[in-house]
Amino acid sequence: MENLQTELKHKIIEVLNLEDVSVEEIKDTDPLFGGGLGLDSIDALELIVLLDKDYGIKLADPKKGKEIFQSIDTMAKFIEENRTK
Amino acid sequence: MMKKTDICTIENSKITVNEQVIFESQAEFFSEFAKEAYKSLALNYPKFHKMDNLSKLAFLASEMILKDEDHSKTAIVLANRSSSLDTDFKYQESINSQDNFFPSPAVFVYTLPNICVGEISIRHKMQTENAFFVLDEFDEKFLNDYSEQILQSGKAEKVLCGWVELYQESYKAFVYLLTN
Amino acid sequence: MRKEVYITDYNCVTPLGFDVASNWNDLLQGKSGVTKHKVIENQDAFYASIIDSGKLEEEFNRFFDSAQKSKIRRLANDNTNFTRLEKMFLLSLKPLVERHNITDETAFILSTTKGNISLLKNQATLPEGVYLSSLAQKIADFFGFKTKPIVVSNACVSGIMAIAVAKNMIQAGRYKDAFVVAGDEISEFVISGFNSFQAIGSEPCKPYDKNRSGINIGEATAAGFITSHCEERSEAISNEKFSFKILGDSAINDANHISGPSRTGDGLYASIKNAMTEANVSAEQINFISAHGTATIYNDEMEAIAFNRMELQNVPLNSMKGFYGHCLGASGLLESIISMESALHNNLISSKNFEEMGVSQPLNILKENQPAIIKYILKTASGFGGCNAAIVLEKC
Repeated sequence: MENLQTELKHKIIEVLNLEDVSVEEIKDTDPLFGGGLGLDSIDALELIVLLDKDYGIKLADPKKGKEIFQSIDTMAKFIEENRTK
Repeated sequence: MMKKTDICTIENSKITVNEQVIFESQAEFFSEFAKEAYKSLALNYPKFHKMDNLSKLAFLASEMILKDEDHSKTAIVLANRSSSLDTDFKYQESINSQDNFFPSPAVFVYTLPNICVGEISIRHKMQTENAFFVLDEFDEKFLNDYSEQILQSGKAEKVLCGWVELYQESYKAFVYLLTN
Repeated sequence: MRKEVYITDYNCVTPLGFDVASNWNDLLQGKSGVTKHKVIENQDAFYASIIDSGKLEEEFNRFFDSAQKSKIRRLANDNTNFTRLEKMFLLSLKPLVERHNITDETAFILSTTKGNISLLKNQATLPEGVYLSSLAQKIADFFGFKTKPIVVSNACVSGIMAIAVAKNMIQAGRYKDAFVVAGDEISEFVISGFNSFQAIGSEPCKPYDKNRSGINIGEATAAGFITSHCEERSEAISNEKFSFKILGDSAINDANHISGPSRTGDGLYASIKNAMTEANVSAEQINFISAHGTATIYNDEMEAIAFNRMELQNVPLNSMKGFYGHCLGASGLLESIISMESALHNNLISSKNFEEMGVSQPLNILKENQPAIIKYILKTASGFGGCNAAIVLEKC
């Protein structure tokens, strides 16, 4: 799982244009939303696209996004369980 | 009589304010130039990196003029020729192929030219009149006449006005402040 | 003393018809332009309001024939190819140009969000037609407009702003009158974008309703003739069947977020307040509100808050999105026209698909058609980029 978490951190920084943030600064259990990253509603939608594009997961209910994107750990777990790519 | 002050021009990797060069870069591409300007001018606004190129251009020009002053009564009236076509083209690329169909909300939101006005408003907390026009060339008289109406009707005390044109590597900003 | 400026003529092209009378008849009967369509290949069918392309072609070809016999000036080249959207624009403007003269003090204002964006598909470079000023110039040239076209592209408030721009530029003395046209077309570009925002509802949209789940996309064009009132124009005025004075306008940004509206409705509240102040009209005097009501959770809630802040919660209100879908750049002008028609017929149209209150503050939403005497209309809109707009119209 470790590699996936690091991979996710890289992807999030790139896809969400978090220019001034480094991989080391994002802790696995830190809240992604409401925390220091300043992510907003558009970022949440982008993460849904990321799940589809990079991991082949189509979220049936986009509202589930809140649970899934709580932290890098919860995201990684969800991807491990549901990925088709 | 309306007065025009604080003129900012951005083109060819150079930012000029009231005829003084504030920042210049050797960067070949706009996105590099914009990033360097952001760092050099110590703008400290992480949302900048999420903006599309048109918004970055408009943002940089307006930062030079608005600075940290109170602009709660400053309207924004901007115009260009290419609308949001720079981003439109990028967005279209993400939906051209049915096999690789991944429309991005973060790109889509910038497929409207007035978003750059929104970004400026958000940064400076300007809950004020705003408008975006698309014209085939920079018509300073039209923009000034329109801005003058806003000032005369008492809807604003100043107007941030100008031309913010960008399509790929061809760009020019000419933005200024109008006061009564 | 500021010149007074009036809307004295209008027309529209929508799935409900190619003129206002057809639209009005269908609206009265509760007929909606929203039906199920399949627009994008690999994607499910969904509800949208789309003009029948066959009927549009037929109507346009008829127009092209008659244009040769009428006084409308044309481009020398008969074989100019018009895009589908351009045909919609031409059709909506045609009757107005036939009824009112174009002079070198006549403005031409076009409102659109995406114009001919569908021309971008699979292109390596930008085709000329996607430039909004080229689109506007093509329409202007067809009818022989003498002034440079002004394109307003301010997201979904463009249609209202086009009216405001006409009024303000006439009051500035830059023009004596104006033709305003607003339009947007359904496209894969826009549908895929709104889908990526999870904004498109799976059912016919239900503005303000408890069970609302998002927008239906729509398409339309609408056109209006706007003129000032002074002695030289009295001949034009006496030919009018109706006139609505544009009393006040304002377009204030939320300064909050580029895609989500202010939770406290700041920008919309300020726009309404400024427009009503300029109009010198109080909340008690407003007889009808044509609101934006897109049927997204956040937009409708924000509007309820803004209207309550202005103490407008008792004014009969509707959203037209249940009939026309969200026509983006066309919506502000189209819905203003329907508001004016309502005033002329002394009849308000229901807010289609509204059943159960779904916003946190009270609103007087029209559940069915209602006879009413209308003198003052408030029209509002909101859009991406945090923009909002409001105008106040007075039936004269």
